[in-house]
Formats: sequence, C-alpha cells, structure tokens
Amino acid sequence: MNVILFLIFAIIAVVCAINVVVQTHPISSAISLVGVMGSLAILYLLLGAEFIAAAQVIVYAGAVMVLFIFVIMLLNAGAEVKQGRSVVVHLLGVPLLIAFLGLVAYFVQRLFPRDVEVTFGGFTGGTAQAIGRALFTTYMLPFEITSILVLIAIVGAIVLARKEMD
Amino acid sequence: MQLWLIPIFPLAGFLINGLFGRRFSKALVSVFGIGSVALSFAWALKTLLALAPLNTAYSEHYFTWIQSGAFQVNWDFSVDRLTAVMLMVVTGIGSLIHIYSVGYMAHEHGPNHGGFYRFFAYLNLFMFFMLTLVLGANYLILFIGWEGVGLCSYLLIGFYFDKKFATDAGNKAFIVNRIGDFGFSLAMFLIFKTFGSLDFGTVFRQAPAASEAVLTTIGLLLLLGATGKSAQIPLYVWLPDAMAGPTPVSALIHAATMVTAGVYMCARSFPIFTHAPAAMDTIAIIGIATAFFAATIGMAQNDIKKVFAYSTVSQLGYMFVGVGCGAFSAGVYHLMTHAFFKALLFLGSGSVIHALSGEQDMRNMGGLRTKIPITFWTMMCAAVAIAGVPFTSGFFSKDAILFAANHHAPWMYWVGTLTAGITAFYVFRAMFMTFFGRYRGNAHPHESPALMTGPLIVLAILSLGGGFLFKIPEFLGSLFPTLEAPEDVMLMVISSAAGLLGILIAYVMYVVKPGTADSIAGSLGGLYKLVLNKYFVDEAYDATVVKPVVNGSRVVLWRGADAGLIDGTVNGIGTAARAVGGVLRQMQSGNIRSYATWVLFGSVLLIVAMSLSGGLR
Amino acid sequence: MAAIPISWFLTLSAVLFALGVAGFLFRRNIVTVFMSIELMLNAVNLTFITFSYHFKSVDGHLFAFFVMVVAAAEAAVGLAIILTVFKNRSTLNIDAIDSMKN
Repeated sequence: MNVILFLIFAIIAVVCAINVVVQTHPISSAISLVGVMGSLAILYLLLGAEFIAAAQVIVYAGAVMVLFIFVIMLLNAGAEVKQGRSVVVHLLGVPLLIAFLGLVAYFVQRLFPRDVEVTFGGFTGGTAQAIGRALFTTYMLPFEITSILVLIAIVGAIVLARKEMD
Repeated sequence: MQLWLIPIFPLAGFLINGLFGRRFSKALVSVFGIGSVALSFAWALKTLLALAPLNTAYSEHYFTWIQSGAFQVNWDFSVDRLTAVMLMVVTGIGSLIHIYSVGYMAHEHGPNHGGFYRFFAYLNLFMFFMLTLVLGANYLILFIGWEGVGLCSYLLIGFYFDKKFATDAGNKAFIVNRIGDFGFSLAMFLIFKTFGSLDFGTVFRQAPAASEAVLTTIGLLLLLGATGKSAQIPLYVWLPDAMAGPTPVSALIHAATMVTAGVYMCARSFPIFTHAPAAMDTIAIIGIATAFFAATIGMAQNDIKKVFAYSTVSQLGYMFVGVGCGAFSAGVYHLMTHAFFKALLFLGSGSVIHALSGEQDMRNMGGLRTKIPITFWTMMCAAVAIAGVPFTSGFFSKDAILFAANHHAPWMYWVGTLTAGITAFYVFRAMFMTFFGRYRGNAHPHESPALMTGPLIVLAILSLGGGFLFKIPEFLGSLFPTLEAPEDVMLMVISSAAGLLGILIAYVMYVVKPGTADSIAGSLGGLYKLVLNKYFVDEAYDATVVKPVVNGSRVVLWRGADAGLIDGTVNGIGTAARAVGGVLRQMQSGNIRSYATWVLFGSVLLIVAMSLSGGLR
Repeated sequence: MAAIPISWFLTLSAVLFALGVAGFLFRRNIVTVFMSIELMLNAVNLTFITFSYHFKSVDGHLFAFFVMVVAAAEAAVGLAIILTVFKNRSTLNIDAIDSMKN
C-alpha cells in the first residue's frame, strides 16, 4: 500500500516536473508546478509530516503559486521565443546534469542500504504540537528573524512594484 | 702613553675645519690645520722619547672591535722602531707641508677662498688615516688606514672638481688602487685562514711554521696591494695623472707618505716574506723593472711635475728592490731620505709654478736661478741628494740598497746603477731647463713668501744632512734579520760615478749646447715618441682592460641581464597576469545561465572531491 | 503493505532537483527560471523531511518550514524585481539582461 502510494505520487511529481521544464508557455509551467507541490504534500504525509504537508498546500500551492500566476497574467508573457545562446550552457549543461544526477543517486544508494524503510505512521513526531513546541523553544531566534525577513520582503515588494507617484 | 692622541689631533682638525671651516677666516683655518698636525708631531716625539730605547714593541689595546665566531679583531696600536721612523717622517714632513700649503693655497679662486678650508680638512683627514695605518697592530687596522688614504688621495687629486681632467685623475687613482686592494683583501683572507688571526704578533709568530706555498701566495697578494698603493708595475699608471692635484698634495701624498705605505707594509710583513723567497724575488724584480722603466719615461717629459712623478715611481722601485733583496732597513732608509728630497723637489716645483703664476711646462721656463734664488738653491740640494752625490742623504740610502742588490743578484746592481745615472740625468735636465739659460716664458717671476720658503730650507738641510743625522740602518738593524751585504768600496765608486756622469751629460745637453736635446730627439724619432708617450701603457690598458669591461657591462650586463632578463621577467609576469586575466574574463559573459552552469560544475567537482578523499563514508 | 526504502525518497528528491537545474539552465523566460528555482527548493524540502524521518527528530520539519517561509518571501520580492525589469527592458528573455558583461 505504501509502495503503491509512493509510486503513484512520485511518478505524478516527476511527470509534472518534466512538464514544468518542457512547456513553452509559463502558465502551463505554473499549473504543472502546482501539481508537483500537491504530490509532494502526499509524500510528506507518508513520511509523517502532517503540519508540513498542510503548510505546503496552503502556503506554497495556495499562495505562492497563485502569486506566480497573477504575475504571469500581469506581464502578459507569451510563449517563449528562442533567442540568444550561450556556448557554455550548450556544451557543458547536459553532461554536467547527467554527472550530477548520477553521482548523487549513486551515493544515495550506497549510503542508505535497503534495510531502512519508511512506512506510514512510522514517525509520529511531526504534529503541529511538536512543531510548535520546537519552534517556540529551540528555534525561537530563527523564528523571530524570519518574521523580520518577511516584513522586509513585504516592504521590498511594495517599493519595487509600485507606480511612480507624480 | 695615549698613542691614540697621535691620530686624533688631525681627526679633530678635520672635523673642525670640515664642519665649521666655511665660516672661518683663512688664518683660523690655518691655525687648526697646522696646529693639529704640529700637535701630533709633538705628541709622537714625546711618546717616542718616553719609550726610548724602544727595544721591544709597545702596544696599547683599546677595545675589541669585531668578535664573530673565531674571528676577532682588536683595535690596538703598537709602536716599535719601524713605526717610530714612519711616525716621524709622516708627522714631521706633514707639518712642513701644511705650513707650506698655507702660502701656496692663499690665492685660490672661487668661493670660501677657493675651498681653503676644504683643502686643510682633507689634508688633516689624510694625516689621520696615514697615522692609523702606521700605528695599527693588525692587518685590518692597517687596511682601514690604507683605504682611508686612498679616499683622501681621491678627494685631493680631484680638489679642483670643476676640471674634468682632475676628477678623471682622481677616479683613475681610486680605481687602480682598488685593484691592488683586492689583492690585499685576498691576502688578509688567506692570512686569517692560515693563522686564525690578523694580529701582527700572532701571525708573525706562527709564520715560520706555515707552508712555503701558502706564504708565497700571501706574499704575492700583499705585493699586488703594494703595487697599487706604491705605484709599481703594473699599477703605477695613476701616479703621473695624480699630478692634477695641488702641488702640496703631490708632495705629501704622492711622494712622502701615502705611496710609501706599500713599502711599509712589506717591511712590516718581513716574517712572511723572509720565509717565501719566491715572493721576495718577485718584489725585487718588479722593483728594479719599475725603477728603470719609470726613469726612462722621466727623461722625455716636459711638465715639471710629471718628471718628478715618474721619479717617484722610480725611487719607489728602489725601495722595493731593497725590501726584495732582504735589506729591509735599507728600503726604509731610502723611504725616509726620499721623503726629504722628493718632498723638497715637489714643493720647490710648486714654488716655481707659483712664481710663474701657474706655468708648468719646462720649455717655457729658464734662467730662473737669479729670480727665485731660495727656491733654486734648496732644489739644488734635493737634486744632488737624489742623484746620489757622495755624502748626501740619498747617497747613503741608495748605496745601501745597491749593496744588497749586488749581493742578491749582480745584474740588479748594474741595472740599478744605470738607473741611478738616468735619474741624475733627468733630475738635472729638469733643473737646467728650469733655472739656467734664458727665460723663455711670459710671466713675471717672483720669489715665494716665507711660509713657502721656510719649509724648503728645512727640507734642504735634511736632504743634505739626513744621512748623518739619522743612522737608520743601525736603528732598525735590531728589528730585521741581518743581511750579510759586504760594503764594497768599488761598488760605491761606480754608482757615484754613474750619478756624476748623468749630471755631466745633462749639463752638456742643456747648458753648454742647448740644442743638443732637440736634435737627438729628432734623430731618434720613433723611440723618442714612444718614451714621450709613456710607452703607450695607458692606451694599452684602455684597449685591453677598460674598453672590454665597459662594453661588456653595457651590452651583456645592462642590456642583456638587467633590462632583458630581470626587467623582462618582472614585466613578463605582469604581462602573463594580464593575459590570464584576459582569458578568465571570458567567464564574465553577463549571461546568467552560464553562471549557473559554472555553479553546477563546481558542485559536481565538490562531490567528486569529497568522495575521493573519503568524506562520503 | 511493504515498506519503502528510504533511498527512493532521496533519489526522487535528486531527480526533482536535477529537473529544476535543467529548467534553470535551458529556459529563457525569467518566470520559468524562477519556477525552476521553486522546484529545486521543493526537492530540498523533501530531503529534509526524509532525513527527519530517518533520524526520528522534528528538526528537519522545522528546517523545511523555514525554507518555505523564505521561499515565499523570496518569491514575493523576486517577482517584484521581474516586474521592474520588464518595465525597464520590455523583455522577459534572460539572455538579454547581460549588462554585467566583462
């Protein structure tokens, strides 16, 4: 059951991710990205991260991607035009990617033998209560700083995107 | 005893005159200048009288100067009989020449009375270094004095520094001396390596035990130094040019004191030389060759100072013959008498030049004997002394050397006697051309002031009576190893006859029949030209040594090594850095995607590196 | 009810990350590039959660939480910048924005 769930949603995630990269029109990429995020939320649930799964759907898929779509609509960007090239990217890009992926996959396989396994319900420490407790005790400082970061982001976004007052 | 005061008085004089003399009047400068040397003379006299009879050396230790591992040099002064002779000669003649200089330099042109204070400052500095040289108790102190007198010689030869020929002459003197000093330095290195010390006492005590080859090498290297300082073949070329300096300088430095430093040093090092017969032979051969060679050049010169310059080179050759044949006391004896009459000859010629307002060419002189009588008579005393006329001081010292030469190798005696004849000839040629006949010039000759004639008279007395007043061979006999040189009366007669013959020939050629000299010169043609141009030795040196060195320096070292190699390397590094930067600049394409590719590349590299170094366990 | 080996999750994460890099390298539209960045961040989040399961500790969840917050802030500001660039250059081609050349 676990395996089937994993396989279904992993494949959905990968297919959507490929779609993000391959599609010419940004809107299609955005929708596919939402699909990726949704599948990832299911995978988080499988790993026992209830709160994070919820946050993923609400914040990431619900707010950030909506923002993306709004901006794409604002910019009225059409399908991508093939223009300009870079020698480095064309020469090195693909080999490096393959090398990167190969290396990481290899090492992951080597370092994590098959006997460590994931089952649904294997980890129960991802509840809102646990996260809240950790957030307001051990990670108090990062929490506060991140709050200020968000404030700065808000102010920055407003300053950058407003119309000039005459 | 406070030996250190002897050189300190002139040093004080140098400092006072050098630092403040610009604002002094000529009289005040003279007081300090003469006073310091006179004080030095008085103190030396007092010390020597107190130390009489000076059978053993007396030393004073001041401080340890250099202490570096096994190498230790102390600042010591010591006085023995040889030092005593040198001290008296240097300070005594030095004082007389200082007094003379006041009169001679009184009418110089230029600011600050024509550099009056500067002249006396340099002269005092010279006295300081010369006295240090003489008093030193080890080779290094001697070398300090050696170098210092070379420096003062340079400063004084180039005293008229606005004249190129004077500064060139100063350069020449210093550079040629350096070649000799190179030999001296090598000798000091070898001495230290062999004996472990530079101290005279230590070295001379151990000298008999060292190998003859080593001692011969040391001796030859010391001789190289001596040929530089004392103007022997091959390094004599600077002395005639040194006549560009004021005449008192020629008298003091290039006749009486500095050039004798080489003879002094060889005499002082006698324990080394007596155990290295090959070196002594070399000294004698160089000495006799120089004596003859320089005498022949002196025959043809027309500048009065040049005649006496070559005469000095020749007489120094005699001193070296004495030293080389083992008659050290005879060499020193001749050093002393030569100081008397050569200083007198130079000062006298200075008086002549002063009387004629700067004329130095003897062809424009003549008949001055009635116009400047004191100069004439005093110079005549010197002339007979140098010619070896019996019972003058020069006679005794020259014969002492000739006896030793005959004992060593008879051919040297004959060459020496011939040279004596030539010496008498050219000296009296100079005297006759200057003082006899009709006056051929355009100036108004006037006698020199008392300040100048006074020292002339004192030196004249010493030239005539020095042999009787100072019996140097007996005085120094206890110091040096004795030499069995029988005093053959026959030899004395022959050498005196040679001298008188020279005087006679000169008399005939220049007084009785004044045109003879020119006709002989005309008939000899090429030979005369050769001698007149000093055998073209300077030109030969220039072509073989100077030009190759200068050109080699310019082409190989300057353009090749310095500009090409070193600058090229440094500039090349800069160019290479710029080239590399130019290549690396291609990465800054402004294209964000390529930047990302490089980041990916770097991360892949990191993973590989980490795994290879075992980080990913 | 077989269990899933943990290396699968990590491999999936690597694949998603590689896809994100591919999108970053090969696409020319700025917005698409931005979305690839978001994809990469998500892949990293998955890694964090996986390791949190592996070590049975909640710290990984908190890391993922903070990544999310920062990603949100970054998306806001980044999109504002894109808007400004579009206003000035009238192009969304990333290759045309190369004034830092040389």
